[in-house]
Amino acid sequence: MAAEKQPARKKIESTGQMMKIMSEYFYDLNDAAAASDRKVAWCTSVGPAELLRAMGFAVHFPENHAAMLGATRMATELIPEANTIGYSPDICSYLTADIGAHLKGISPLARAYPGIEAPPRPDVLVYNTNQCRDVQDWFSWYAREFDVPCIGITSPKNFTDVSEILVDDVTRQIEALIPTLEEVSGQSLDMARLRETVALSRECTELWRQVLETAMAVPAPLTFFDGTIHMGPAVVLRGTRQAVDYYRQLLAELQQRIADGSGAVDDEQYRIYWEGMPVWGRLRQHSELFARLNVSVLVSTYCSSWIFPDFDPEEPIRSMARAYLGLFIVRSDAYKEQYIKQMLEKFRIDGIIYHDAKTCPCNSNSRYGMPQRLERETGIPSLVISGDLNDLRCVSDEQTVTNVEAFIEQLEERKDHA
Amino acid sequence: MTRPVFIGLDMGASRTKVVVIDDQGALLGHAVKKSGIDFAATAAICLDDALLRAGAGRSDIGGAMATGYGRSNVTFVTSRSKTEISCHARGCFHSFPEAQTIIDIGGQDNKIIKLDAAGRRQGFKMNRKCAAGTGAFLEEMSARLDIPLQEMNNLARRATEMIKIGSYCTVFSATEVLESIRHGKPVADIIKGIFYSMIQRVLEMDSLTEKVVLCGGVVAHNPYLVEMTEEMIGRSVLLPEYPQLTGAIGAALFAREDAEN
Ligand code: SF4
Repeated sequence: MAAEKQPARKKIESTGQMMKIMSEYFYDLNDAAAASDRKVAWCTSVGPAELLRAMGFAVHFPENHAAMLGATRMATELIPEANTIGYSPDICSYLTADIGAHLKGISPLARAYPGIEAPPRPDVLVYNTNQCRDVQDWFSWYAREFDVPCIGITSPKNFTDVSEILVDDVTRQIEALIPTLEEVSGQSLDMARLRETVALSRECTELWRQVLETAMAVPAPLTFFDGTIHMGPAVVLRGTRQAVDYYRQLLAELQQRIADGSGAVDDEQYRIYWEGMPVWGRLRQHSELFARLNVSVLVSTYCSSWIFPDFDPEEPIRSMARAYLGLFIVRSDAYKEQYIKQMLEKFRIDGIIYHDAKTCPCNSNSRYGMPQRLERETGIPSLVISGDLNDLRCVSDEQTVTNVEAFIEQLEERKDHA
Repeated sequence: MTRPVFIGLDMGASRTKVVVIDDQGALLGHAVKKSGIDFAATAAICLDDALLRAGAGRSDIGGAMATGYGRSNVTFVTSRSKTEISCHARGCFHSFPEAQTIIDIGGQDNKIIKLDAAGRRQGFKMNRKCAAGTGAFLEEMSARLDIPLQEMNNLARRATEMIKIGSYCTVFSATEVLESIRHGKPVADIIKGIFYSMIQRVLEMDSLTEKVVLCGGVVAHNPYLVEMTEEMIGRSVLLPEYPQLTGAIGAALFAREDAEN
């Protein structure tokens, strides 16, 4: 029998440093929750984290916690807990997994970080609906549970251009958060500190972009699967010095890989764009599946969503509004298609895989004919796989493998005939 | 035998198919068995059976490829395996060398595969994780109605009307069927509705372009499905000589090509 090749998984050396700063971040959060002089804010992943950090809050990101529940495969067991209290299995499985974990009193943080039992208790919850409405419901549930204020931004959606009218709107909404935050934190907003935080966010974002763009090299030195892990600091430590230092180190390592001609996947034959969320509980299997097929999944909408070129310390609040509105997920299909087309060219992509995540319609761009339109316009073939970010009951491994293998065979056929 | 033979094995979730072809691509023998629970043993039995019918022995094998759900359990292959999508495409194109849309209705999966005039794949769709439109759906209905699978085809043909089934879901469809029985509807009309719903679910997966080729075990055993498809899409469809074997034939053709290279 033709033996299946076992892929070599190439370790990124900087991972150790990332684990260290993530661990420091979680312990700091835990300490803040216990201290009387520091307040804890919960924030959505592209919520006004800069404002919260500048006002001295320790910031917890429930989406990050939910992704950990997915990656540790705890989520599928916990989702039904939230289902029983009225949260449908059809809504965001980050939400249901996270609330389920709270109801059961368990957390992956407790496993990974001895001494931490659970996410820190919030003093305030701050959302931005630029992703979806689910975040607002999710945070409202906790606000009732902990009896603390829940405030946020109701973002405009589906626009092609970030017009000044929209920026005005979100700017005013951010400004309107300040009095409540000042009351909860007991501090008034220090504009110099906000400028500094915005500058650090900008720097972090710029380095993260450079990290992701190393994948333009052939072979690509990092994959989407590496990206989902290494974006951790860009998500939870945006606006801090640690994140900036970390991405400098990671970037240097990846540049060295390029200089050495060392690809993340052995003998890279095909280059794939991943549209949608990762299947957190299957990161390893998926990364091995593609590596076995000599395929680099090297760029994605998801990881690239933490690039915010609009942050500007000269104009902190307004530029925050602009950055939060610039997010891919909140834009129109016309914008999204244009963006993806540029990425396909820039990263020399052979095929696109759309992950249709059952419980996250906002991050699944395969439902309104986009794959067909882009395929027609670019000639680059696409595949849609059904799955989910956290709920493994929606994932069929056999179907995924057959679909992916058949797709790569299709690309091979094109190459043979070229 | 002096000339080598080539083996294609398609191990589906429900049936295992083995074909033996010669170096010109002609079918010499084949065997089909339930895949069961011991895939390796079923594959071996099927292989020997097909070789016997082909008048060949294991020492005559010039190349062998496995495809399908259980392909990694097969030990006698010589070629790197390919998915059933590629093998069905190759098998159908062998029968009909022209641009086509292939509809494969299997025990567990449905596939729609599009090929251009050179046999190159333009794209494909597999059903989602759901039995709607598959052989498993038909089996479920036959069990519910307590009518052997083999009789369903003839009964459907006798229908004078059709009771449509609306649901996506096999279990809900069964409830709809039970409801029709309660209302005293003729069984033949219900079965026709079951067939109609199967085809409908498959047709919803993708558009049909160029010639339409039907294949898969379910089609092989239910010729009425073919007629009904033609009626529903308003044009004739092509049917390979052995609709259940196209995947295995494709695998054998690939094995032959691999041996030549
Ligand atoms: S964007 Fe998707 S994953 Fe994120 S919170 Fe909304 S529904 Fe959940």
